Amino acid sequence: MSITARNVSKRFGAFAALDGVSVEAPTGSLVALLGPSGSGKTTLLRIIAGLEVPDAGTVQYLADDITRRSARERNVGFVFQHYALFRHMTVFENVAFGLRVRKWPEKKVRERVSELLHLVRLEEKANSYPAALSGGQRQRIALVRALAPQPKVLLLDEPFGALDAKVRSELRGWLRRFHDEFGVTSIFVTHDQEEAFEVADKIVVMNHGRIEQDGTPAEVFEHPANAFVMDFLGNVNVFQAQLKDGRVLLGDVEVPVGRGTLIHPDGTGRADVYVRPHELDLQRTADGGNCLRAKVVHVNPAGSVVKVRVVAEDFGLMLNVDLTPEKYRGLALKISDAIFVSPKSAKIFEPDYTI
Amino acid sequence: MTHRPSVASPPHPLTPSPPHPQDPAWVRWSLTIVAVLALTVLVIVPVASVFAGAFADGAGAYWRTLTADPDTRAAVLLTLTVAPAAVLCNLVFGLAAAWAIARFRFPGRTVLVTLIDLPFAVSPVVAGLMMVLLFGMKGYFGPWLRDHGFQLLFSVPGLILATMFVTLPFVARELIPLMEALGPDEEFAAVSLGANPWQLFWRVTLPNIKWGLLYGVILCNARAMGEFGAVYVVGGRIAGETNTMPLQVEMLFSSFNTAGAFAVASVLTLLGLVSLAAKTWVEGKKTNHRVTEDTEGRNIEQTTDRVQDRRSGLC
Repeated sequence: MSITARNVSKRFGAFAALDGVSVEAPTGSLVALLGPSGSGKTTLLRIIAGLEVPDAGTVQYLADDITRRSARERNVGFVFQHYALFRHMTVFENVAFGLRVRKWPEKKVRERVSELLHLVRLEEKANSYPAALSGGQRQRIALVRALAPQPKVLLLDEPFGALDAKVRSELRGWLRRFHDEFGVTSIFVTHDQEEAFEVADKIVVMNHGRIEQDGTPAEVFEHPANAFVMDFLGNVNVFQAQLKDGRVLLGDVEVPVGRGTLIHPDGTGRADVYVRPHELDLQRTADGGNCLRAKVVHVNPAGSVVKVRVVAEDFGLMLNVDLTPEKYRGLALKISDAIFVSPKSAKIFEPDYTI
Repeated sequence: MTHRPSVASPPHPLTPSPPHPQDPAWVRWSLTIVAVLALTVLVIVPVASVFAGAFADGAGAYWRTLTADPDTRAAVLLTLTVAPAAVLCNLVFGLAAAWAIARFRFPGRTVLVTLIDLPFAVSPVVAGLMMVLLFGMKGYFGPWLRDHGFQLLFSVPGLILATMFVTLPFVARELIPLMEALGPDEEFAAVSLGANPWQLFWRVTLPNIKWGLLYGVILCNARAMGEFGAVYVVGGRIAGETNTMPLQVEMLFSSFNTAGAFAVASVLTLLGLVSLAAKTWVEGKKTNHRVTEDTEGRNIEQTTDRVQDRRSGLC
């Protein structure tokens, strides 16, 4: 069942949590609402769930306008960041809750709950209380509890936010498999771009109660619509460059901003340039031309990429560069080495845009 | 339960260490003696003397004193009517107020929170006078009520109303912090799972707050039974009609019926002791409930240990 929110606005006193937001989740998709805290993503999710009423705008499931319908009638599954398991009920009764309030016959309740507990491999915990479960186990129970009454829509509010890194990445993969198996249209809220990229079919980037961009993970990562998205979706180097004759220059070095980028000087003739650390290359010599002279100030070789920090003293510019381990070994970098930096690609955005 | 020696433990973790090794013995002893003395003089001796006074002429005389006087019988009965009625009303009010304050943000919320405490701040005698001012024959609502066949002053409903006012804060005060600490998430979860408001209250909210609620009710009841000032003014001290037990004690005592006063006082004291026992028991439940369930996330393993420890201990 597809979910559509149109022109949704919500204010809390003087604070505009949502300002005319429209989002669509096609049937069977898994959509991530991604943004920093205070961006309105959780408010939007709660409005879609019916736990909050919008000041303006509509929410539709398929073609039904359900904006004024209560959460109870919407048949959504909702998963909370802090699990919100009923602490006075056993795991079994937690999962059964949605079925019991809907007056399912006892036999069907038992079948359904057993089936779901089997699915998350927690059958042996059926008679435990939530307090006796680990965080990961609690969240799995919260998820099957939400799925038990066969909701048409599953909404997850920072579902892995309270878990530690290892459990979190396990549960991500598991959520994706679960989603592929059941095909319930799902929306989840996160502030972790990695999580969104890993799990979602579609990413909606939000900031200050507005949508900055939406699209597939590849689209938003490779073609960020603006500086905010660029900055939010990973590390980025930002510096000012000159705009001249349709070229972007840092001193003598031309920054390749890609085909089709509109370069119109705003009078100052300057623009902010965004370069991701992996889009910079390091060389021992200036053979290739078009490169900046710099000095290595820090190297962090731990991890799948080697993070190098260099300073281009001519411009007083600090740059972060990611290298493959092979490349790093080939260069044999040491602190204070002189090195040449060349940008492979970069982006500029409308100059009046402020983060 | 396994004993985990803390970092600061002395080298022999199995020998119990004094809690504050820095305090010299004479300090500990003198503080203990002061505390015990104060408790003895102020609590133990008076309570014991009430029972001693009551039973001075033997158990038979005690029983006769209590049961022979119809006014005394009426007073016991009246207290056992007025206190539960007031507690019941305050239970409903306390739940409603705590729900509203803990779950919603509305204009006047902070004023309401402050007003709930007002009965603690106002002397009960003044509370009684306020009732007279409102519902007396010369009061604002008195004549209207009389014309419609109601009389609040010098009657049981008036006593209930006065007692309610004095004990208003107990249940709400207990529930507001509890419900704020619990947070609304479980209730949201229940609603999203399809629970109607009735199911939400009975299946989710009430089980979570029941021990706190019971605790508030016990305190409220203890205070309601002992109330003197407000019911003194509102009830008008009509023996056999509006005299509750504390008023009856005072009346018997001032009419030089010491044996009777002590007998009624002993019953009142006994009810207080029962309340205290119930309170202590519920308090234990309440804290256990919190220990096992407030810990989230990172502390889970520890919590699990504790829960299992307790379960095995109970077996």
